[in-house]
Amino acid sequence: MMLSPDDWSTIRLTLELAGLVTVLLLLIGTPIAWWLARTDSALKRPISAIVTLPMVLPPTVLGFYLLVAMGPQGPVGRLTQALGIGLLPFTFAGLVIASILYSLPFAVQPIQQAFEAMGERPLEVAATLRASPLDAFFTVALPLARPGFITAAVMSFAHTIGEFGVVLMIGGNIPGKTRVVSVQIYDHVEALEFTQGHWLAGGLLVFSFCVLLVVYHFNPMAPRKAAN
Amino acid sequence: MSIEARFSLTYPTSASPAFALDVDLQLPAQGITALFGPSGSGKTSLLRCIAGLEKVKTGHLVVNGECWQKAGFFLPVHRRALGYVFQEASLFPHLTVQGNLDYGAIRSQRHQVTPVDQRNIVELLGIGHLLLRKPERLSGGERQRVAIARALLAVPKLLLMDEPLAALDFERKREILPYLERLRDELAIPVLYVSHAPDEVARLADHLVVMKDGRAVASGPLAEMLTRLDLPIRLGEDAGAILDATVGAMDADWHLARVDFASGSLWLADHGVAVGSPVRVRVLARDVSLAREQPGGSSIQNILPGRVDAIGHDEHPSATLVRVQVGQAMLLARLTRRSAAALGIAVGQTLWVQVKSVALLE
Amino acid sequence: MNTQRKPGKFWVVVALSLLLATSLVQADEVSVAVAANFTAPMKKITAEFEKTSGHKVALSFGSTGKFYAQVKAGAPFEVLLAADDETPGKMEQEGLAVKDSHFTYAIGKLVLWSAKESFVDDQGDLLKRGSFEHIAIANPKLAPYGAAGMQTLQALGVYDAIAPKIVQGENIAQTYQFIATGNAQLGFVALSQVIGEDGKVKSGSAWIVPQKYYTPIRQDAVLLERGKDKIAAVELLKFLKTPYAAKIIQSYGYELGR
Repeated sequence: MMLSPDDWSTIRLTLELAGLVTVLLLLIGTPIAWWLARTDSALKRPISAIVTLPMVLPPTVLGFYLLVAMGPQGPVGRLTQALGIGLLPFTFAGLVIASILYSLPFAVQPIQQAFEAMGERPLEVAATLRASPLDAFFTVALPLARPGFITAAVMSFAHTIGEFGVVLMIGGNIPGKTRVVSVQIYDHVEALEFTQGHWLAGGLLVFSFCVLLVVYHFNPMAPRKAAN
Repeated sequence: MSIEARFSLTYPTSASPAFALDVDLQLPAQGITALFGPSGSGKTSLLRCIAGLEKVKTGHLVVNGECWQKAGFFLPVHRRALGYVFQEASLFPHLTVQGNLDYGAIRSQRHQVTPVDQRNIVELLGIGHLLLRKPERLSGGERQRVAIARALLAVPKLLLMDEPLAALDFERKREILPYLERLRDELAIPVLYVSHAPDEVARLADHLVVMKDGRAVASGPLAEMLTRLDLPIRLGEDAGAILDATVGAMDADWHLARVDFASGSLWLADHGVAVGSPVRVRVLARDVSLAREQPGGSSIQNILPGRVDAIGHDEHPSATLVRVQVGQAMLLARLTRRSAAALGIAVGQTLWVQVKSVALLE
Repeated sequence: MNTQRKPGKFWVVVALSLLLATSLVQADEVSVAVAANFTAPMKKITAEFEKTSGHKVALSFGSTGKFYAQVKAGAPFEVLLAADDETPGKMEQEGLAVKDSHFTYAIGKLVLWSAKESFVDDQGDLLKRGSFEHIAIANPKLAPYGAAGMQTLQALGVYDAIAPKIVQGENIAQTYQFIATGNAQLGFVALSQVIGEDGKVKSGSAWIVPQKYYTPIRQDAVLLERGKDKIAAVELLKFLKTPYAAKIIQSYGYELGR
């Protein structure tokens, strides 16, 4: 095998990061998606735009703003220092927060679309069957939006693994703490260590392919037969 | 016991023509009350208001003495003891038939559903063999039967049905209608039934509310409503009366059946309905003629004594509609104004009613 | 009428094009790959060069490693100003550059810098005390200034103690960002990044690391194969050695190569 112990620790850290970010994104993204899917509020468009922003912004821009915001003079940095947490850049927690922001649209959009596709009817039915709104959310809305959640989870996970610019900007490339696979690949390639770069990059390629395969398995292009 | 419903709402729609609902109804808390009218007349809106699915600010709703809505108070939908059957069955696709049935049953805490209740309702709607299936493997008619059972198992004090048959083809309708009749006859739950289909209303309703442009233009017992002369309500092609009757006898030689109603009997073609069965028959105004003396040597089999109750106008100036009381029942007869004049028809006059044709509603 | 005018116009265009083409033969255009740390001085030098020679210069800034890979893949650069002295030599050996054309145009100076005033002392004793949370260094595998920083830490015998506090930038520009935003309290960058017009450090506090602690960061320029017959390429390389260019290079905190 062509991978060094350093490469392996990088892979482990990346998987940990992606796993944690995915779980947190589903928890954070679901209420946002729910609100966006059902609100008539005038705030819907601005909030949608903010959530989608990371999709179109160059990651280095986002990363730079995060670096400034989380820095000792930035608003987030002042807050975290006041709370006694310290500064977030160069920490695993900082990486998690940055990744959550960066991958937010990839979690929110599929869930939002699933909630929108479901429509109001199933919730009305649940209400007429004595289910409180919260009850209906967990017993009807969540199960019906399952494909959306699977897509959201897979995309969040994969996107976090492939994330590069933001991590580069705020990670500091600390082995075992913030050195993730994509940065490691970049370093290998920059250092002209093409063989090691190939092994990691090839692995990432195969992984991404499998991920997309899973997504398409759960969300086939052809619309599912409506179960009425 | 009754249902009092007062609602007024306006949809301030810019896209579609503005719609306003404005009703004040007192409905019986028993039997099937049909909300009948053309599409866009506000039937479904009214039903959704009663369910609480449409949150109307100015509304007042009391069901069997229990207030569901008044100024400053709104009982959330899930706290209302109601059942709602939507036009499309709207079963939960992620649950089996059993799971769908259980969903409401386990949440209606106040009245525990006993397994016996459950079995009865499953049997009543003929869905026992479907319990383990997923909704996607059911036919349209089966789905709607499951949806009705699901609503019933939530132990409703009021069952709301929004055109439950409208999405079904003719065959499926024929499949479900008998279940709805059994429901009416065997369960003591009041039903509000939205429909624009005359045959369903004629067959199922006990009480009729006619909706037009967001208002209830008439409300009353079905038989009475159909024989009103000031406001001829047509269920289908022609004005006519409806009678609740029982199959009293068969004439096997002539393939005829006799149906007995409160104040008389009528013969009609035998459709194989067993003696003793309750049936509903319709007598159209155009099939009824009147005679001053008891007719002899007539081809018409059904001749009943009656008394002229009222005389009204018909659509064409040449015709007149006459309401005749036969015992407790009312029938409508259509005559030309010339023959009415020739007979000297007047209110209070007793005469003979000849019924040429009787239709069994099934 | 119109049909007669058209050929007339056509010939005017042809004549103008020919004129332009001949003037382009004299005023050549040269495409140059420049190490990112040399961005500012190179822009100044180029401006003067274009004015005096009439040639046009197209500058691309980036990392030396990336330029090496791109040239190897056929990128149309004619001159390379590298951030090290290894790459140009290697390129000559591999036939990507003209034999014996490389020379040291500048020697980089390493500085330990902090955005905070009087944080870094002029002896670098702070490194021994280790009273800071993060120290930023460019990736030593990729950036010569990073490697020089590591050598300094080792030479001072503090590397093992400080290692857990190291955060790496992918290049010195990013390392500079870490320090400038205060996320790292200090770090190793190029003197050229923090030097002001007057030759002093612009802001914060700094220790110019003595040369004895690290291998000199020799930055070599080389004529690439594609620029072999380009007059402008050869002239630009010559211009880099003029006193005028030397003054600019020094003003940015670089030393001159001999």
